[in-house]
Amino acid sequence: METPLNKDYNATNLTQNIEIELLIEAIYKRYGYDFRNYNKAHLKRRILFRTAALGLNSISELQHKVLHENDFFDLILKDFSINVTEMFRDPGFYATLRREVLPMLRTYPYVKIWLAGCSTGEEVYSFAIMIKEEGLYERTQIYATDFNPISLETARKGIYPISRIKDYTANYQMSEGKQSFSDYYVAHYESVIFNQDLRKNVVFAEHNLVTDSVFAEVHMVICRNVLIYFNKDLQNKVVRLFSESLVKGGFLGLGSKENLMFTDVVEQFTVVDGKEKIYKKKII
Amino acid sequence: MDFEAVVIGSSAGGLKALKTIILGLDKTFSIPIIVVQHMSPHSDSFMSRYFNQLSHLQVKEADEREPVRPSHMYLAPPNYHLLVEEDKTLSLSVEEKVNYARPSIDVLFESAAFAWGSRLIGIVLTGANNDGATGLKKITQAGGLAIIQSPETAEVPIMPISAIDNCPDAIILKLEDIPLFLNKL
Repeated sequence: METPLNKDYNATNLTQNIEIELLIEAIYKRYGYDFRNYNKAHLKRRILFRTAALGLNSISELQHKVLHENDFFDLILKDFSINVTEMFRDPGFYATLRREVLPMLRTYPYVKIWLAGCSTGEEVYSFAIMIKEEGLYERTQIYATDFNPISLETARKGIYPISRIKDYTANYQMSEGKQSFSDYYVAHYESVIFNQDLRKNVVFAEHNLVTDSVFAEVHMVICRNVLIYFNKDLQNKVVRLFSESLVKGGFLGLGSKENLMFTDVVEQFTVVDGKEKIYKKKII
Repeated sequence: MDFEAVVIGSSAGGLKALKTIILGLDKTFSIPIIVVQHMSPHSDSFMSRYFNQLSHLQVKEADEREPVRPSHMYLAPPNYHLLVEEDKTLSLSVEEKVNYARPSIDVLFESAAFAWGSRLIGIVLTGANNDGATGLKKITQAGGLAIIQSPETAEVPIMPISAIDNCPDAIILKLEDIPLFLNKL
């Protein structure tokens, strides 16, 4: 049923959807970042937020700025990035890795771990701490990648607001951490700085899961809460990339609401822990 | 008018309020229901199991890319925002908290308004903050129907009051009348 009120609403909504499609196409053609296979609801939310925050009249005006102002695109890229992560998010995931997966990785003389979509680095430092405590750090190489160079810069610095530390400490303890969490950082006014040696074996690099390909053979891929933003085709493409990157018997860890079950590579993996979404690539 | 979905937002006191609604629905009620209940990020899936035992509806935690189906009730997973895509599938996000909440009621309501327009019912229940007020307004702007639990029947009236302030045209119902209203649709 259409009332006069919602007729206008429907027309606006249709126009906005067209503008969003055009904006995403413009970003791809101008900057090479491909958001065409992202879920639309989240992108729409971010785009409408930015349009309103800047006091613009339409998404087309936003597109104009994206195309004509180079620096402006950084802001949009930040809007589209998932900048919110936390240290030891889902402590059960880390506890399961400690118990079930790291003992297996310990059998390799040298271990390579890819943290895909590492954003601002909270997960990177969580992994470095865990691996150190499990006695693996000296022979581990961590590749921490993200498509957003500004997020990577934050990740490299390892400086986070002190206000988050209470939650992180609780997460760390629940993840079966073995020391005092405060051993790993120094507080400085409103910030904490994580110890330099935690990133000694970390390589931070730009990598776009949508447009880039395999860059190394690794023993474990961790990619949490990235696939939830992708449509089915893109999810399939990215899990294939993970499978190709893993050694036989290598491990894949996804976010708690992500699942290999409905993807093309399901036959190539066995389930290590169904709840924590940890998988192992089959030997044959 | 044919409604295609119901979205519900609840916070403090919500478990009890949701239970009242679920138990009050007729066995023939089959419009999909999608719920954001504020909860600790470390909650387990107790709520979906509990409600599933109580209800004739299939109650489950929402999965990403899941199509919204009749006779189902979907709950936002802890520590994720729940959104509806315009093709009526569900999606999740870990973007920053909205109104200090993840999941946020506003995020669900706004995306559901885009997806269903005038064929959507939004319901704001008991709670101690103002999440849901903005989203409910978006639902009415899309031509959908807004229902708010009457503050005097709410365990914590702040959220209903804030929703009423923002959506003066909403229908205000006592908690126990909400399922009766839904049954008549």
